[in-house]
Amino acid sequence: MLHLAEGLRLPTNGLDYTLLGIYFAVVLGIGFAARRSVKTSLDFFLSGRSLPAWITGLAFVAANLGATEILGMAANGAQYGVYTVHWYWIGAIPAMVFLGLVMMPFYYGSKVRSVPEFLLHRFGPSSHLLSSVIFAVSSVLIAGVNLYALALVLKALLGWELWISIVVAGFFVLAYITLGGLSSAIYTEVLQFFVILAALIPLTVVGLKRVGGWGGISDTLSGEKGSAFMTAWDGTGIGSANPLGANWLTIVLGLGFVMSFGYWTTNFAEVQRALSAKNLSAAQRTPLIAAFPKIFIPAVVVIPGLIALVMEPTLGKTEDGLQYNDAIPVLMRDLLPNGVLGIAVTGLLAAFMAGMAANISSFNTVFTNDIWAAYLKKDQPDEHYVATARWVTVVGVLIGMGTAFIASSFSNIMNYLQTLFSFFNVPLFVVFIIGMFWKKTTPAAGFWGLLSGTVGAMVNYFWFYKQGVIDIPSDQGANFVSSIVAFVVGSVVMVAVTLFTKPKPAEELAGLVYGTRSPGEPEPPGKGDDAWYRKPALLGWGAVILAALCYVPFSF
Amino acid sequence: MSDSNSSSKPAAQQVANDVEELERRSQTAARLFDVRRIIGGLFVVYGVIVTIAGVFASDEDIKKAQDININLWTGIAMLVLGGAFLVWLRLSPTIPPPAVEDTASE
Repeated sequence: MLHLAEGLRLPTNGLDYTLLGIYFAVVLGIGFAARRSVKTSLDFFLSGRSLPAWITGLAFVAANLGATEILGMAANGAQYGVYTVHWYWIGAIPAMVFLGLVMMPFYYGSKVRSVPEFLLHRFGPSSHLLSSVIFAVSSVLIAGVNLYALALVLKALLGWELWISIVVAGFFVLAYITLGGLSSAIYTEVLQFFVILAALIPLTVVGLKRVGGWGGISDTLSGEKGSAFMTAWDGTGIGSANPLGANWLTIVLGLGFVMSFGYWTTNFAEVQRALSAKNLSAAQRTPLIAAFPKIFIPAVVVIPGLIALVMEPTLGKTEDGLQYNDAIPVLMRDLLPNGVLGIAVTGLLAAFMAGMAANISSFNTVFTNDIWAAYLKKDQPDEHYVATARWVTVVGVLIGMGTAFIASSFSNIMNYLQTLFSFFNVPLFVVFIIGMFWKKTTPAAGFWGLLSGTVGAMVNYFWFYKQGVIDIPSDQGANFVSSIVAFVVGSVVMVAVTLFTKPKPAEELAGLVYGTRSPGEPEPPGKGDDAWYRKPALLGWGAVILAALCYVPFSF
Repeated sequence: MSDSNSSSKPAAQQVANDVEELERRSQTAARLFDVRRIIGGLFVVYGVIVTIAGVFASDEDIKKAQDININLWTGIAMLVLGGAFLVWLRLSPTIPPPAVEDTASE
């Protein structure tokens, strides 16, 4: 949870508020203008599967570039140093490329409208319902956490009362999603992507000048924190101590493999952006186009974290002084004049709202499509489901606002809650990966794998780690281990259950398992999709190689 | 559609057919405005405001930003980005797909 220190009030003036006001007006305008394109439930949930790849790709990266991510990764930069790049280069890029190259043909080709719907076809109703309910509950609660974090930041930076921020931001998100569905969410995300860059790039440039460039940061911090602080891998040998509390094995397996694959490949708030693309090629390119900006985001997020540490060496040292989370706000306060400051405030607020909107727009899809239409009210005309989705959006935002108010009295519980929900992604990934590649996997194995993996991760975190049964030095390290546990438990249970239960008949698995194809004619390639720079394999491997090259200057 | 699977229709095939039907009736491609217009418009407006703030920057502002006139540079960069989106839109406008006949409900 974000707790900003007192005394961070920004010197905003009328100019900054004008820029902020213009943004709110534009966002509302997008909602009203997108409304007339919503004719069917497919328009509302997946923009009619009609968007070009560059739009879905930027929305894909922006949905992840929420304000909690920006402030949190700058904080990690100040706390753990250059190790933070692992969250990007090994903890995101390989998984995004895998999603685009390997998994997307099954997701997009099977024409499912959500991640849980894929489970319905591959396994059956029990795993479908379990994952839909978990996803719906967690998205609404996480939307509430986002909203509360936004209110805390605005209180510290602008002096707005908590309830004003919660109601105003909640209302704007509610308005534009209810009106335009996923199209307004995606368009706002693309806009937010550019605004946040327009804020972070000047911040980094001015900050670098202040501390004497990269050389200045490197000299100061190597002197204060030891030279390992400025490298990616030094001190990550098994058994040696480092600030991250993790070794190379837990980084590669825990963060790089299970956690990141769990998040990027099965989190519907992300995958939904790719499913709204106009054809299979565009859907495959969505996470691949997103991978390129993702590689360079540490330059404008982690570097400001390091700059803040040079400028304010007391960061994170005392209880009531400046915290690591204050890294970016401190730079905004000390370095940006009015004007660019307004852009930065707008970018931060936009990032909060976009993060919440991604949760809400995936929630309304899963609730309406996978719970309401699948189990509660079947076979209604399509108009019924569009109307339901709009009401579900209203209810979802209201519950999120309620959660935000509750969170303000239990911020520690909310912290746990977020860790808790991060456990649901890994077991889901296990079920997907085994179900996609091993066609004997039975419906029962899907359900029990999902359940046991989740329980396994929770037992590791709350019992083994929190009760001190095993010794892990930090929360981050514990998260890496929990996800490895979830992965191992889930796969063992799936294999065991498969050996004793009956698989689905092979003809029902066409297009859902590796080596099979969806029935019917393959989709004709779109015009111009055979250009060399649009080849998914080239984009994907290009991103992996670029990420590996980025490690070079920080490894030797 | 091949009719080889018409005897037993798996649930997955049923959903795929529903989605195809909805895709035919979808209006997003035909009616959704082009986001390039919004990005271009917003960044031109922001660019003009921030550039003006840069032109009239006080010594204090410039000193705060380490002797860089950051408003001026950011403003110009935003103007260029916004302009680039508008030029791109001009050069390759959205081609709406052949209109599906509308039920004239509006």
